[in-house]
Amino acid sequence: MSGENLVALGTVTRREVMRILRIWTQTLLPSAITMTLYFVIFGTMIGRRIGEMAPGIGYIDYIVPGLIMMAVITNCYGNISSSFFGSKFGRYVEEMLASPMPGWVILSGYVAGAVLRGVMVAIIVLAISLAFTDIHLHHPLATLATVLLTAIVFSLAGFVNAVFAQKFDDIALVPTFVLAPLTYLGGVFYSVNALGSPWREISYANPVLYMVNAFRHGLLGISDVPLGVAFAVMVGLAVVLGALSLYLLKRGVGLRS
Amino acid sequence: MTDIPALEVIELKKTYASGVEALKGVSLTVQQGDFFALLGPNGAGKSTLIGILSSLVNATAGDARIFGVSIRNERSAAMRLIGLVPQEINFNMFEKPFDICVNQAGFYGIPRAEACRRAEKYLKQLALWDKAHHTARALSGGMKRRLMIARAMMSEPRLLILDEPTAGVDIEIRRSMWRFISAINAEGTTVILTTHYLEEAEQLCRNIAIIDHGRIIENTSMRRLLGKLDVETFVLDLAEPLDELPEIANVHLRRVDELTLEAEMARQHDLNSLFAALSAAGVAVRSMRNKSNRLEELFVRLVDRGKVAA
Repeated sequence: MSGENLVALGTVTRREVMRILRIWTQTLLPSAITMTLYFVIFGTMIGRRIGEMAPGIGYIDYIVPGLIMMAVITNCYGNISSSFFGSKFGRYVEEMLASPMPGWVILSGYVAGAVLRGVMVAIIVLAISLAFTDIHLHHPLATLATVLLTAIVFSLAGFVNAVFAQKFDDIALVPTFVLAPLTYLGGVFYSVNALGSPWREISYANPVLYMVNAFRHGLLGISDVPLGVAFAVMVGLAVVLGALSLYLLKRGVGLRS
Repeated sequence: MTDIPALEVIELKKTYASGVEALKGVSLTVQQGDFFALLGPNGAGKSTLIGILSSLVNATAGDARIFGVSIRNERSAAMRLIGLVPQEINFNMFEKPFDICVNQAGFYGIPRAEACRRAEKYLKQLALWDKAHHTARALSGGMKRRLMIARAMMSEPRLLILDEPTAGVDIEIRRSMWRFISAINAEGTTVILTTHYLEEAEQLCRNIAIIDHGRIIENTSMRRLLGKLDVETFVLDLAEPLDELPEIANVHLRRVDELTLEAEMARQHDLNSLFAALSAAGVAVRSMRNKSNRLEELFVRLVDRGKVAA
């Protein structure tokens, strides 16, 4: 990477991070509040009645990985879709399009900003969870890799959404009608092994299931899916969405007339 | 300085998805160091041409070279040479002018320390330094326009393109902007200007192209173009109401109201003969002015001729 591209990448990333910190009440605080409510309601109140999900793992411990993943997914997706669409709507995306920056630098900068927000939110939610549970990291590397890959996948998906979006409604539809069902049905609150056929088989078509379970493997050491398959799904999605994003940027779809 | 033109537009065509043919094979050359006017009525294709040059619009066919660098084959290298001041305000209103400028430099790969130095320099030169750390939305219209010029200067481009930079700006700020741009041009930056204030173009620009219906209909030096103006129209304010329109040889007189006359005459006839004839007819003139500036008159004629041809 040339020095100029490195400076440009740093500039886009820095601008994104400054935006996240400037409006922290909209970017970091909501997840802290929502997840605290989940821990209180589903963890302590309902969880006590459910009992253990696996030997030595109570319900509140079981849902921690899924809730962190849920926060990472919604924050990464929301960050890049609203920020990039905002730059299109306010036309300041032209600052970047008319600059010498290649498309991959623009994309990497936005993705880096969104991933950093995802990581910040993951740390916040993990810290909150420690007030309710006493979980310990089983596989730190798998945990970190899962967070980063999930964050990259949903940042790229948010970017594609922003490229095609023509109005703010277009970036609100996907989180409501696609992301929410995928996360809630992705094994955040339950094990897919508890589902009967065909719901169990259908659940395996949901990519969020692999992310949640890979993360659960990292945090708790248990998973409903093989770790290798989970990472293959995440890497595959990242490659496909990354290639699509770069293609859209190169062609100027939704950006250049 | 080499002989390579600052800008060479080669048979550039653009047809939008709607089928509108915005550019129908535009070719144009702007020499290094020039202050060049690109004029045309609304919808003529000026902004499309500028959009293609600044990589915001995809060309359908043709190419353009910035100091010999093709925008089609070497986009990044070509963009390093261009600074753009667009027609519409296009910065983030929630950011501060200082950050907007520093980020712009960053997009061009300029290290942060140098970017901060340049931001201070250009914000001071454009009288925006005291607003550097306020959010951009708090700036007045004229300040926002100046901020776009400061932002464009952050990469210290060799070719600066200004797309109607003074639209809606009061006369005092407009003049200060032109002093700045003229100084930049004097230091060697090539400037391309589009404007609807034709007196601005006449005063500032050395060469000119007029675009209409996606085609260049005139491309010459300002002096040569103005030399083509064969008829001028003057507005005469009379001291007393006029009862009857006098007959004067070689002058076409028209009554606007009882105290105002319009006199259209060929450029080769001098004004002394007009005044002598008016005095002889007992018409006292209190003041006189050009109906429109010379470039404006030529512009209207050229564009009207284009409409007839179309």
